Amino acid sequence: MRIELVKRPGQSKLFSVLSPLIAFGLTIIAGAILFAVLGKNPATALYTYFIEPLTEVWSVHELMIKAAPLILIAVGLSVCFISNNWNIGAEGQFVMGAIVGSLVPVMFPQFQNAALLPLMLVMGMLGGAAYAFIPAFLKARFNTNEILTSLMLVYIAQLFLDWLVRGPWRDPSAMNFPQAPRFSPAATLPELFPADGRANRGFILAIVAALLVWFMMSRALKGFELRVIGQSPRAGRFAGFSSSGIIFFSFLVSGALAGLAGISEVSGAIGRLQPQISPGYGFAAIIVAFLGRLNPLGIVAAGLVLALSYLGGEAAQIAVGVTDKTVRAFQGMLLFFVLACDTFIRYQIRIVPMAPASAKPVEAARGNG
Amino acid sequence: MGMAEAILLTIATAATPLLLAAIGELVVERSGVLNLGVEGMMLIGAVTGFGVAVTTGSAWLGVFAALIAGALFSLLFAFLALTMVTNQVATGLALTLLGIGVSGMVGEAFVGLPGVKLTNIYIPVLTDLPVVGRLLFGQDPLFYISIALVIGVSWFLFRTRAGLTLRSVGDSHSSAHALGIKVIKIRYLAVMFGGACAGLAGAQLSLVYTPQWIENMTAGRGWIALALVVFASWRPWRVLIGAYLFGAITIVQIYVQGTNLSELSHWPIALFKLAEVVKAIPSQFLSALPYLATIVVLVLISRNKRLTMMNTPASLGQPFVPDR
Amino acid sequence: MTTSLTSSRSDLLDVRGLTKVFGSLTACNRVDLTIRQGEIHALLGENGAGKSTLVKMLFGSLEPNDGQIFWKGQPVRIANPSAARSFGIGMVFQHFSLFEALTAAENIALSLDADSPIHSISERARDLSHSYGLPLDPESLVGDLSVGERQRIEIIRCLLQEPDLIILDEPTSVLTPQEADKLFETLERLRDEGKSILYISHRLDEVKRLCDGATVMRHGKVVAHCDPRKETAASLARMMVGADVVTAHSEPIDLSGAPELLGVRDLSRKPAGPFSIPLKNISLSVRSGEVFGIAGVAGNGQGELFEALSGEAIQERAESIQIRGKAVGRMNISQRRMMGAAFVPEERLGHGAAPRMRLSENLLLTRHATDGRALVGRGGVIKTTAVDAASQRVIKEMDVRKSAPDPEAAALSGGNLQKFIIGRELDRQPTVMVVNQPTWGVDAGAAARIRQALIELARSGSAVLVISQDLDELFEISDAIAVMHNGELSKPIPRAQATFEKIGLLMGGAEPGHADHPEVA
Repeated sequence: MRIELVKRPGQSKLFSVLSPLIAFGLTIIAGAILFAVLGKNPATALYTYFIEPLTEVWSVHELMIKAAPLILIAVGLSVCFISNNWNIGAEGQFVMGAIVGSLVPVMFPQFQNAALLPLMLVMGMLGGAAYAFIPAFLKARFNTNEILTSLMLVYIAQLFLDWLVRGPWRDPSAMNFPQAPRFSPAATLPELFPADGRANRGFILAIVAALLVWFMMSRALKGFELRVIGQSPRAGRFAGFSSSGIIFFSFLVSGALAGLAGISEVSGAIGRLQPQISPGYGFAAIIVAFLGRLNPLGIVAAGLVLALSYLGGEAAQIAVGVTDKTVRAFQGMLLFFVLACDTFIRYQIRIVPMAPASAKPVEAARGNG
Repeated sequence: MGMAEAILLTIATAATPLLLAAIGELVVERSGVLNLGVEGMMLIGAVTGFGVAVTTGSAWLGVFAALIAGALFSLLFAFLALTMVTNQVATGLALTLLGIGVSGMVGEAFVGLPGVKLTNIYIPVLTDLPVVGRLLFGQDPLFYISIALVIGVSWFLFRTRAGLTLRSVGDSHSSAHALGIKVIKIRYLAVMFGGACAGLAGAQLSLVYTPQWIENMTAGRGWIALALVVFASWRPWRVLIGAYLFGAITIVQIYVQGTNLSELSHWPIALFKLAEVVKAIPSQFLSALPYLATIVVLVLISRNKRLTMMNTPASLGQPFVPDR
Repeated sequence: MTTSLTSSRSDLLDVRGLTKVFGSLTACNRVDLTIRQGEIHALLGENGAGKSTLVKMLFGSLEPNDGQIFWKGQPVRIANPSAARSFGIGMVFQHFSLFEALTAAENIALSLDADSPIHSISERARDLSHSYGLPLDPESLVGDLSVGERQRIEIIRCLLQEPDLIILDEPTSVLTPQEADKLFETLERLRDEGKSILYISHRLDEVKRLCDGATVMRHGKVVAHCDPRKETAASLARMMVGADVVTAHSEPIDLSGAPELLGVRDLSRKPAGPFSIPLKNISLSVRSGEVFGIAGVAGNGQGELFEALSGEAIQERAESIQIRGKAVGRMNISQRRMMGAAFVPEERLGHGAAPRMRLSENLLLTRHATDGRALVGRGGVIKTTAVDAASQRVIKEMDVRKSAPDPEAAALSGGNLQKFIIGRELDRQPTVMVVNQPTWGVDAGAAARIRQALIELARSGSAVLVISQDLDELFEISDAIAVMHNGELSKPIPRAQATFEKIGLLMGGAEPGHADHPEVA
């Protein structure tokens, strides 16, 4: 008895749509089992996790706040992953974007006018892009594995931030708390619907970015270039496309978007620079990218789903008494199921019994034949 | 015990988890599979080892449990990447994320608990020798296991028929399949071996190095181990060198951070001035040294194109679907 | 099933109704085949007829869906290559199953089941190779060996098993004519020793010379059993293709006064990687209206030459390559295409076309820069309607058979995809066309069509350069033939003066203009 994969002649359109849904469903089931094992009522826990955050307006706002950075980063990652550039360092580019974007308000607090916020956002993008340039350059020039280099840079960025807010950028009036001074209103990302909740314009930025990248990937020659280089690099070179050009393009775009997410988060939801500015958005965005099937429109939906898992985890901690560490476990399981279900898009699964024997078969004689 | 001896001992302790994880991953990659889930597997091993040791009171049972846990956890990766032919890079990442999540979840109950340390070995006479005694004959058991693994893997890969078969699968899985070699089965075994080694590496962290459970306690060691395999050009003895190099970098910067300048007042002036300068470097920058070193090392090794081409298992990371 | 009373030799292998299905494709449809002891039996058929599939079932690499195999009179099940080997069936693959990073001895050891130590295998291999006249150094790394030398490893490792039946899949496709002669000597000697040989080929003169029995397959079915010695090449070809074979028709033309459209001057190129061939002082000239053929066994620098011509590898000296009189050596491939050049590489999937992209997207692959604003508009936006229209035009013009309106490239058969790829370039009416292995792995009908298209392109005024391992093809369509050996190009020989023997010697490296090849038989 064995499992056999039979390649489909083309991609199954049905499964392209169904796969993320099935994966989500399987995750729910696995989650229910997990809760039961932990001794909690699965139904209540799942409700608290996934349904309850959607029932209140303020929590829908929180959803948008959490989803915005996830979507921004994941959209950039999709550009990278499609072209077979594995940017695993988005978390680091997020941090560097936040740092560079905060340069003006922290070091020149007297600069206060309408240009401040846009300047911060642009600098955030530049910071993220510049940090992403490093693994891109190392890959293009020295053929160094970008997964490992971009990942190492995450640890370095986090340590750099830690040093900044405990050292040169520390707010003297903060009574020994390690943090930079709070941003002035001119430096803060404004809220969308202030009356109902905290959601800010970061969400708009995320949607705009998703639409722009979607257009590029599906209609523009650049998108074609990215896809060809990712699938068949040699065919891409035959087409006249430059592999190293694509490396730089994808990393810089991805870094810029991650940097934008970083400065948006810091100037919007958090309001200042501090040692911890991300609950692992850069890594959760990887899951968002795959759940959204590397399609920016799908990523918007997937970002909301993962934001839901963050909120649900916090809510379940209070209501059901389950540790908020379940969030990470959930997210990991989700990615697993997404990858497994994606197989059905390209292959049909067949369970094959061992081949029927011919009449009275003679087994091979052992020994020198 | 002088400072130099203490430093050497801790270097060995710091290098051992890197060595264990890397030698396991080396076998996996030699069979043509890229498993990026090392960090996750190490964490699973660490939390399992700690949990079993604390519950049963026996560190050895913890080690054994960690080995099993690592192997079983890697089965998830194997099923997806080998049977369902998913993208190996994404699947390895998923394994790491899942490992971080599950270990954090399970480990919450163990945070702050005092650990059970795996006792160092003691051989009468030998361990009491000056200088080399504790270094060579008084380390924790996992140190000796790690060295034994390097010897064993080297012999297996280059002196046995089974090792030759494994290397051939890594060179060309289509040719191996055409010859009737069971590619998928060999890769399953290799992946589980890598998982077991990563589990041991995690156990070393929570039962020897620290010994405690701290969330995310691997702090990137799994990734460094992956880099070590590349750095070693997939050769076992070079993995040993790399692991100890990195162990040294880690330990030296910890010592630098921990030493008080006043303790060095008896040093010659030039060295003291140097020590002053080094001490002035912010601690975060020193902590970043191992990660920086990893990048530098990777760049250096990938610059030599011929070396890379000749030694990289040619089918590394490629999906394999047998036609039957 | 039992020994025939009338035949003097007993049946070694008897195959009845063997069938293999891949999804919706029936590769082998109730195939019958009989081989007697001491017989050299041919398995004839064009590309895609099902020969390789049948033979993989005999060797245990594939499992039949239906049918029976009888070996020495007994029904058997060949579960895997180990089983096949212990029955006494050995196989030399067309696409070698070798491991580049391992030595020849290690490669041989991997295919033997016995657990004997490597050095004794090494000794036996060396002795056997010498006794059969196929010298081999067991300690050499396969990656360093030439194609002919690699084939020797395959043969030696097969012979070490002492098989009763040896299956050879298209063995001469990678050999010079002289090396092929040596192989035939070896095969005849094996037959005289009482072994049987199953010889798969689509080369009719070889089959007529070597084999005393033949089974002809077409589209997965057996269409005839015959004795090749009693047939003509034409009758065998008719059996293989099912109709009279159309060969491409090329009238000799007068090229005096025709301008040079593609010129190469002293092109040299260092090896690109550890297993690459350097190019040394290559010069050639292709005029308007001419088909220039380059012959040569695989692995002598053809791929490297193609990359230099296409612009995938930029040259140091701009004048080393000239298109329509302009020095283009430093231009990239898109720029060369803009100058009116078109290129078709050897590998279809992964180089000439992206396997998982649709045909329309694959059209855009080489045409995104060359058609002005017709396919890609302002701002880089793709005009999908125009691209689809162009793609359908090519499909219609080249009669590309497919199962969906715009399928993925990988879903097409080799011949149909090649027709599309060549048609994609012809649709631009290029001034210069460079093709590497135009009909490799392509069925006879498509091959004839492609060759005719190339001739017509040339006669309409373009310059066509064809690199091919198929001498028949080159003799059919070229006006002049030059030979590549070890990265060097010989002087071109006008077709009227070229003979197989002359070209064969050049392919083996023994003529003025080449260093003497030490291995020429």
